[in-house]
Amino acid sequence: MSDTVGTKSALSWAVHLSVAALVLLWLFPTVGLLISSFRTADQISASGWWASLSTSEQVIQVRTGGRDAARQEDGVFVVEGNILTDAEDAPGAVELVSYGVSSRAVSAYEIGETAEFGDGETLTLNADGTYLYTSVEEPGRRGQRVFVTALLPPDFTTQNYQTVLFSGTGQDNMAKAFFNTLTVVIPATIIPILIAAFAAYALAWMEFPGRALLIAAVVGLLVVPLQLALIPLLQLHNAVGIGKGYLGVWLAHTGFGLPLAIYLLRNYMVGLPRDIIENARVDGATDFQIFVRIILPLSFPALASFAIFQFLWTWNDLLVALVFLIDATGETTVMTRQIVELLGTRGGNWEILATAAFVSISVPLAVFFAMQRYLVRGLLAGSVK
Amino acid sequence: MADVQLRDLKKSFGSVDVIHGVDLSIESGEFAVFVGPSGCGKSTLLRLVAGLEEASGGTVAIGSEDVTRVEPADRGVAMVFQSYALYPHMTVEENMGFGLKMTGANPEMVRERVHKAAEILHLEQLLQRKPKQLSGGQRQRVAIGRAIVREPKVFLFDEPLSNLDAELRVKMRLEIAKLHNDLGATMIYVTHDQVEAMTLADKIVVLRAGRIEQAGAPLDLYSDPDNLFVAGFIGSPKMNFLRGTVTASGNGTATIALNDFDGTSASVPMSGTLKRDTPVLMGIRPEHFSTDGSASLETRIEVIEDLGGVSYGYSGADTDEPLTIALGENHGIKPGQAITARFDPDRAMLFEPDSERRIR
Repeated sequence: MSDTVGTKSALSWAVHLSVAALVLLWLFPTVGLLISSFRTADQISASGWWASLSTSEQVIQVRTGGRDAARQEDGVFVVEGNILTDAEDAPGAVELVSYGVSSRAVSAYEIGETAEFGDGETLTLNADGTYLYTSVEEPGRRGQRVFVTALLPPDFTTQNYQTVLFSGTGQDNMAKAFFNTLTVVIPATIIPILIAAFAAYALAWMEFPGRALLIAAVVGLLVVPLQLALIPLLQLHNAVGIGKGYLGVWLAHTGFGLPLAIYLLRNYMVGLPRDIIENARVDGATDFQIFVRIILPLSFPALASFAIFQFLWTWNDLLVALVFLIDATGETTVMTRQIVELLGTRGGNWEILATAAFVSISVPLAVFFAMQRYLVRGLLAGSVK
Repeated sequence: MADVQLRDLKKSFGSVDVIHGVDLSIESGEFAVFVGPSGCGKSTLLRLVAGLEEASGGTVAIGSEDVTRVEPADRGVAMVFQSYALYPHMTVEENMGFGLKMTGANPEMVRERVHKAAEILHLEQLLQRKPKQLSGGQRQRVAIGRAIVREPKVFLFDEPLSNLDAELRVKMRLEIAKLHNDLGATMIYVTHDQVEAMTLADKIVVLRAGRIEQAGAPLDLYSDPDNLFVAGFIGSPKMNFLRGTVTASGNGTATIALNDFDGTSASVPMSGTLKRDTPVLMGIRPEHFSTDGSASLETRIEVIEDLGGVSYGYSGADTDEPLTIALGENHGIKPGQAITARFDPDRAMLFEPDSERRIR
């Protein structure tokens, strides 16, 4: 008895640990991508995304006022001001830790301490950012360079999203690709479901010669790789005049999705109680009425779960879109293709890439979280009674 | 309301014959019960009447109209399934109105008929519920209500009470009997439970292996079975069959010596004559043992089941066919006690051991 209890708890530990591992495996890149998409290029290169959530110590380069701000007192040039707020690109009010005047020693002086350097130059920097700079010689036009080490609170920006979604300039523009992807995905999800639901009902509940062969053919098609059909299908599309375009990619996604759709839905429908369908038949319902009034509502979990699948993989598809949709004009480019191009043109701009990637996964994420119970139920419903 | 006529009805699945030519008349307004052991074809026969199975031969007529090749919906039948077969995504009201709606009746009339049926079955409070919110008995009532709403010519019940617990089964049995009285409709009812058959039926049809063994009123089948199978199937507990040998016959009786009970013989009524030494089976029901019978046999009671009003004693409990004897109230018999069981030989029946036919 104690043995079985022991194995059970060990097993449940194993389950819990692997669930935790899976969750972390999924969460780390997703959250990282999300956070990175709200950071500037400088922040990304300075620290990892996990550091951005807490106050971080950073070295910021700022300048004192230049020649124009200087006044002469007792033969010495004096510049006063606030190093954190005066300049246009100044960081604003932050907590200062230390400062320096040379890039070789960026935190050589305490705050409040007076630095003496160069040819009779002194600088005193206070905690509120006010400074007093004196120099025997006339200061340069741009003022003295100062490196301050500051504690920066978490800081996020939506600039990346503005760039990616609304800038409207050529390759950065994900908004257009986003709507192109939607244009591909929605019909490519609905059409196969419509066809497959009818086919599945016929294969599950209508007697006709050759039914078993048809089912076998559908199962056989499940294992045919779609790459086999790419070229012949494109040739066919060109030959019948569809060419490259939305219609072509809808048809292609429909064809590639149908075997699994029919297989899943038929297996689900065949498990519905026979009595219910026979009763409907005695009640006077035609096959079409049985399908619409009884089978479709009862098959909703299976329909939903297949819809989620089809939606997700047409959303993430690159291959089929490249072959059947995207032409030389690039007007119909989809997001996956857009991200590939961004990798080329903006390969160093991680903030843009992260944002583009997150825009691309946002809809699948939303779909997944909204429909997850159907996903699980639909998958189970086919196998367990 | 209509009568149902089956003529030489046959059904085979592939090469397997399931129904071997059934002839049966069910009068208008009659409550007919198909009864028999598992796999005897009673459900298939019902489905043939419903039109859910296509006949391989013969005809089905409902109300003098040949419906053998007619779709189930157009036969004017309504069926109640063992599993209730309620539509899980519809409310009780929608469930009950579904059939009428399919025929294109106007919503007002559907509502009216549904409410009328709900009233009959006391379902008014439940009309807006979904089937999963109902208990087993309520679901069964909804299934029956769904049949009533359609006002069919013939009601078909396929083991409707099998999924209910014992108490509810008795209650629903009474409700169905009352329903039949109120509606006066033709009903065909399939069950493997001979108590249900006895209590509900105007006519019991006993089936075995796709053939009708005997059809008739419950008490006729009980008191005058045609063969060993019907005699054994009808009546509870089962009839005792005792091996015997004819020692004399004539003048409306045959004298039988029971092989397993030395010196016991009984004069069983029968017409005609039997040759001396012919082996026969003598059937005597447990409840026909009584203290004032003229024949008697010596046996030892091994097990006693006290049911309150009646008690049954079993002898040879470890054999395939124990001898069952009804003992009166306050019988005072202990297990292991030897008794003299008396019975009235007029109530015994004779059967041929090989053909299992009744010797009348």
